[in-house]
Amino acid sequence: MVLLKIKFTQQRRVHLAQGLWLLSWMAVLWGGVIFFLGVYLKTELLRRAEVMDNTEIHVVPNILMMVGLASICTNWVASRVCQDSMDSTRFPRWKVPLLAWFAVSAVLCCLLIAVVVLSYALQGSLEQSLKVGLRNGIRFYKDTDVPGRCFQKETIDRLQMEFLCCGNDNFKDWFEVQWVSNRYLDFTSKDVKDRIRSNVDGRYLLDGVPFSCCNPTSPRPCLRYHLTDNNAHFSYDYQSEELNLYSRGCRQALTDYYMELMNATGPGVVSVIFIQLSVLLSLRYLQTAVETAMVLEDPEGDSEGYLLEKGVKETIEDLKTNALTILKFGQVDPDAAEGSSEAADIEKDEKDAPPTPAS
Amino acid sequence: MAFMPVKFNLQKRVKLAQGLWMIYWLSVIVGILLFGLGIFFKIELRKRSEMMDNNESHLVPNLLILVGSLACGLNAFGGKVCHDSLDPIKFAKWKPMLKPFLLLCCGFNALLLLTALLCFLMQFAVYLTLAEGLKNSIKFYKDTDTPGRCFMKRTLDMTQIEFRCCGNNNFRDWFEVQWISNRYLDMSNDLVKDRVLSNVEGKYLMDSVPFSCCNPGSPRPCIQHHLTNNSAHYDYDHRIEELNIWTRGCREALFYYFSSIMNSIGVLIIGTIILESVDMAGLKYLTTALDTMEDPENPECESDGWLLEKGVKETMGELFAKMKTLGKTNQVVEGEDAPEG
Repeated sequence: MVLLKIKFTQQRRVHLAQGLWLLSWMAVLWGGVIFFLGVYLKTELLRRAEVMDNTEIHVVPNILMMVGLASICTNWVASRVCQDSMDSTRFPRWKVPLLAWFAVSAVLCCLLIAVVVLSYALQGSLEQSLKVGLRNGIRFYKDTDVPGRCFQKETIDRLQMEFLCCGNDNFKDWFEVQWVSNRYLDFTSKDVKDRIRSNVDGRYLLDGVPFSCCNPTSPRPCLRYHLTDNNAHFSYDYQSEELNLYSRGCRQALTDYYMELMNATGPGVVSVIFIQLSVLLSLRYLQTAVETAMVLEDPEGDSEGYLLEKGVKETIEDLKTNALTILKFGQVDPDAAEGSSEAADIEKDEKDAPPTPAS
Repeated sequence: MAFMPVKFNLQKRVKLAQGLWMIYWLSVIVGILLFGLGIFFKIELRKRSEMMDNNESHLVPNLLILVGSLACGLNAFGGKVCHDSLDPIKFAKWKPMLKPFLLLCCGFNALLLLTALLCFLMQFAVYLTLAEGLKNSIKFYKDTDTPGRCFMKRTLDMTQIEFRCCGNNNFRDWFEVQWISNRYLDMSNDLVKDRVLSNVEGKYLMDSVPFSCCNPGSPRPCIQHHLTNNSAHYDYDHRIEELNIWTRGCREALFYYFSSIMNSIGVLIIGTIILESVDMAGLKYLTTALDTMEDPENPECESDGWLLEKGVKETMGELFAKMKTLGKTNQVVEGEDAPEG
């Protein structure tokens, strides 16, 4: 009792082969697109690698690139199979490789679905990684003389200017960190000494932010220092001033940016899943139709194509017994060693017998 | 005695037609590229038009767009002619149009030459417009409450950040202008009153620059205010400090940007002129080769192709004579007037 049987005439088989050839080349193209999407995403993540603490999120572009390349190869193979399907001398050599092809194709579809799921699931991990990375960036902002950290200042400044953000959660993160290096502080000045003594760690903290937090759209020239002191500036109210600095935190800005990027790749990935599934189903129909026609010894005549030879349950049972037999071959069983190999032979004979009446 | 004659047999003619067809389609692509570059240049000029006082000349991008579309049209027609050239029936209907087409191509080449010259010469105009426009931009930086100028501050800030420049010639241009609006100045403060009274026009001048002049690559947090006062900052000498703010002027930065665009477009146009000349030469050879076939019914026969029917001097002489007769038909010749009148 076959699953989803369809009758195929010779002409229909030819049309199917031609259509599938075109579809598989389209799938090759889409595989290339997916690969380049993966490369682009990875490049964007690597550009900001300095403000990320871990690379867990890199699994998304890595899988995309892998799947893209694998998709190109498998669909190219599918197009070769289509070309050979109309030639009864060349088609039989594809019998065993096709089983492997179906398995690989199914794995690719699963991986693509996994990518879509991961890109949402890893958002929390990305935020955490950015939180730690940005915190370190802000902490080491002043260390422009320490090897390995001397470019943190420039990185954070450019990041804040490009993504229109300030600090980790907001600009107040800069109040908790000493972002002016001791090299530029006059320790004989009273103001500096007061500030250093005002906290336990002896850090020079101020209610000021670096210039890269300034918002160019503000109508007023940027106020960067004494931000919490309304009297320090004319006509200034700290609570109601909105446009002076960027109000968004860089963690939020970067997370939004990467989520947007991954959402944009979503439709592409979903369409590749559909295309791959259609190639898989069409190839299965083509394979069964051509094989049935060859078995009936009338390559030009009508034949039936189906998805599964037996029903779903029976096919799963068959697969289970096959898997167990293969496992039994591997097991060392001295008592029943000869007996098991004989049993396996009998099973193999039994396996060969059923396909003929069914087809 | 023809100018640069070449003998053609059937195979050579076929190869010439095919090669010429491909070169024509390459020229169509180059035409599309010129069109795209014209649009790109126009958009760039629009984007920076506030820096140029909205006064910039769009002659070059408009000409590029025109030339690009003309190139597409002419070369597509040429490609079609080549495609039909080996079929005598189809070619017969294109034959009468070929001479005017070649003349049109000559005129088009002259237009391309003019455009290339303009690309190189208009850079002076861009430089002068930038100088004037930036001076005004810096003057109107503070006018964020004046309609029509309220975005000048944002535009100038973003330009200085993007092009890594400060001021017109250099950062000192900011010292000569009041760039803080009076709305944000406490006129009752003594310091403010001193500064305002210190100059004839009553402007609040300072030795400070806006934040957009700051260089992120400086190891030190940006020093924007009291730039010429060494004692205002710890361990600071304004004469040797180089990395604190951008040292380049925005006029130089913007001019460099636009001139590199215009130079590349100019070079591309010169390449297009050479390509068009090759097209014209090829088409002339093809048409003459097809015309001089001794036996039109026999495609295998040999024929001659040339660029000019007579030598260069003779062709020039004939052209001048033609132009003289053209001029003479409009002149009133005294002797003949009476019988007609």
